[in-house]
Amino acid sequence: MEQQCINVIETMAPCLTSSGVDPGLAQFISIFIGVILVAIFPLVLVIILIWLERKIAARVQDRIGPNRVGPFGLFQNIADAVKLIIKEDITPAGADRLIYNLAPIIATLSTTLMWAVIPFSPVHIGVDLSIGVLYFTAIGSIGTLAIMMAGWSSNNKYALLGAFRVVAQLVSYEIPMVLALLVPVMIAGTLSMQGIVVAQLGMWFIVPAFLSAVIFYISNLAETGRAPFDLIEAESELVAGYNIEYSGMKFGLFMANEFMHAFTANLLFAVIFLGGWSGPGATQLPVLGFVYLFIKTLIVYIPSLILRATVPRVRIDQMMSFNWKFLVPVAIVNVIMVAFLIQVTKAVGLAPAPGETDFLAHLPQSVILLLGNLVVIAGILTYLRGIGRKARLESTVVAKAHDVPQVAAH
Amino acid sequence: MLELNAQTIAFFVFALFSLAGAVGVVSSKNLIHGALYLIVSLFGGAGFFVLLSAPFMAVVQVLVYIGAIAILIIFAVMLTRSMTNMTELFNRQWWMSGIVGILLFVLLTIGVILPVWGENGINPSQPVSDNVATTEDLGVALVDGNQYVLPFQVASLLLTAAMIGAIVLARDTDTE
Amino acid sequence: MSVVNEWAFIGVFMALAWVLPAAPLAISWIFRPRRPNAIKMQTYECGVETVGDTWVQFKVQYYIYGLVFLVFDVELIFLFPWAMAYNQLDFFAFAAGLLFIFLLTDALIYAWKKNALEWA
Repeated sequence: MEQQCINVIETMAPCLTSSGVDPGLAQFISIFIGVILVAIFPLVLVIILIWLERKIAARVQDRIGPNRVGPFGLFQNIADAVKLIIKEDITPAGADRLIYNLAPIIATLSTTLMWAVIPFSPVHIGVDLSIGVLYFTAIGSIGTLAIMMAGWSSNNKYALLGAFRVVAQLVSYEIPMVLALLVPVMIAGTLSMQGIVVAQLGMWFIVPAFLSAVIFYISNLAETGRAPFDLIEAESELVAGYNIEYSGMKFGLFMANEFMHAFTANLLFAVIFLGGWSGPGATQLPVLGFVYLFIKTLIVYIPSLILRATVPRVRIDQMMSFNWKFLVPVAIVNVIMVAFLIQVTKAVGLAPAPGETDFLAHLPQSVILLLGNLVVIAGILTYLRGIGRKARLESTVVAKAHDVPQVAAH
Repeated sequence: MLELNAQTIAFFVFALFSLAGAVGVVSSKNLIHGALYLIVSLFGGAGFFVLLSAPFMAVVQVLVYIGAIAILIIFAVMLTRSMTNMTELFNRQWWMSGIVGILLFVLLTIGVILPVWGENGINPSQPVSDNVATTEDLGVALVDGNQYVLPFQVASLLLTAAMIGAIVLARDTDTE
Repeated sequence: MSVVNEWAFIGVFMALAWVLPAAPLAISWIFRPRRPNAIKMQTYECGVETVGDTWVQFKVQYYIYGLVFLVFDVELIFLFPWAMAYNQLDFFAFAAGLLFIFLLTDALIYAWKKNALEWA
């Protein structure tokens, strides 16, 4: 009986049952504790994330960043949180109170809910839903709704305008993101997150699904409102977008939600394309799974922070044309190419058997798919070069046409 | 008759969401509030799908209905200006619509619900079977020549027609 | 039945996890000062008085983006089971999926050519 209670987190329900608790109640208690742990973890992580972001942005801009509150400024965010809590909350006149108060809670809830299906290790996962990948997308769309609610309930023209633009952006970039997610699902043959990680024990999906990874990364940047797509918080343009009338802790919740969402999106990238918890020794010692997952997430998260400090913002019409006229067609071509190559490798007999974890067994199919990806990328770059050359020629022709009248005048 | 376990409680909670949301849609004076009540009601529908062991349909419900259609409804409501003050909830023919509603309810109960789930029906109090089809079976069925490949393609034709129709309707006619 | 048990976690999560963001809001409600006055409660418009109605002239373009998104969303919903079962299927499945995607790409090209995707 004591043996069941050793690995408490995994076997809490049998442990409690064997010590005399009713099975239904034991199940509920284990779910309850699991929910509390999974829900608190991102909120605690946000403190470190904001610190990391400020430090990296500061270093890129050749300054130090917060360094007074606590060692290396680590407690700066706690001080900020306290400041936001004791700030006065100015609700504008005519605001729709219930929706106004509900919007930050729903936005944060949608981001926290995403953590329920992330596999932290072979045994630690909130719940391994059979449709984990789609669940992520669905919960993300609830976040879009929260922003719409926030913008509308503030009773402010600029908040509404900002909310419209944000929703148009978020909704548009969901298409290439989900199209790019189709490819790992095709290769792994399952929608469950743990299944996708287990399918990567042979080869990480960033190799056979390279173009999908790139499309997914760019769409993530747009979906979470990070640079260069950070029109959402374009302080110089729409004041603060849908955030204008929010002050105090509600504003703090929106900000925290944004950082949490960015980290969660990169966590999803690490799980789907970089192999999640897989690494040497992870199956024997589950804690290593945690460590590997977070290292991989940081590997993808820090470039997005550096991008934020370096790259200028794109305009809304550039952003929309980039999505609908470039990313969506590229994503569609990518899906078709991968589908074709998977059938070809299966027909030729190079595909690995499902459940195969040997690196060499996965190698032929992965190399073929990688080559297919590179061919598509080369095709796209050639096409873009052609368009760029045409645009350059046109602009020189126009310049020359403008030169002529001046020469004639002399 | 009805055992009180977690599933029954969940069923009643989702039924409450659906019905309360639907009542809210019809009776709220503010159109945006109506749209938000609709979201609550659709959420209840998603809960029912989960209880029927069809998680894919539940996620589809949230993703498409709540994430796309509800947002479009909110956009459409904002296209009209007079949305916050609807002064009259009932028009003068409310008694006729009440009769039609009750008639419809009686018709549904006698014609559909009782013959299938009633006392002498085909499968009275049939429990949800353990033999559920997974999403993978759905995928195989969608492209199987003997099953659903034709509706699959017709669905894409329908979507194409919908998009073309919407663009024709919404296009600015002076920028041809 | 195990499917429903899996989702019990999500159900409990939804019922409980909203408490965590609501807690700082509640703490803030206890501690913050309350000094409303008329000027503070005014709608913000870059520091001047609000001009005109609060409701902006809605641009139809937002709605068109939403519509195109809706059509592609439903397409993706159909493609997900196809992608899940893809490993076990043969070339016929690829052809069926290709036809499906091609028809919808057609719609996208139509929208593109008719300038429905311009932010105009």
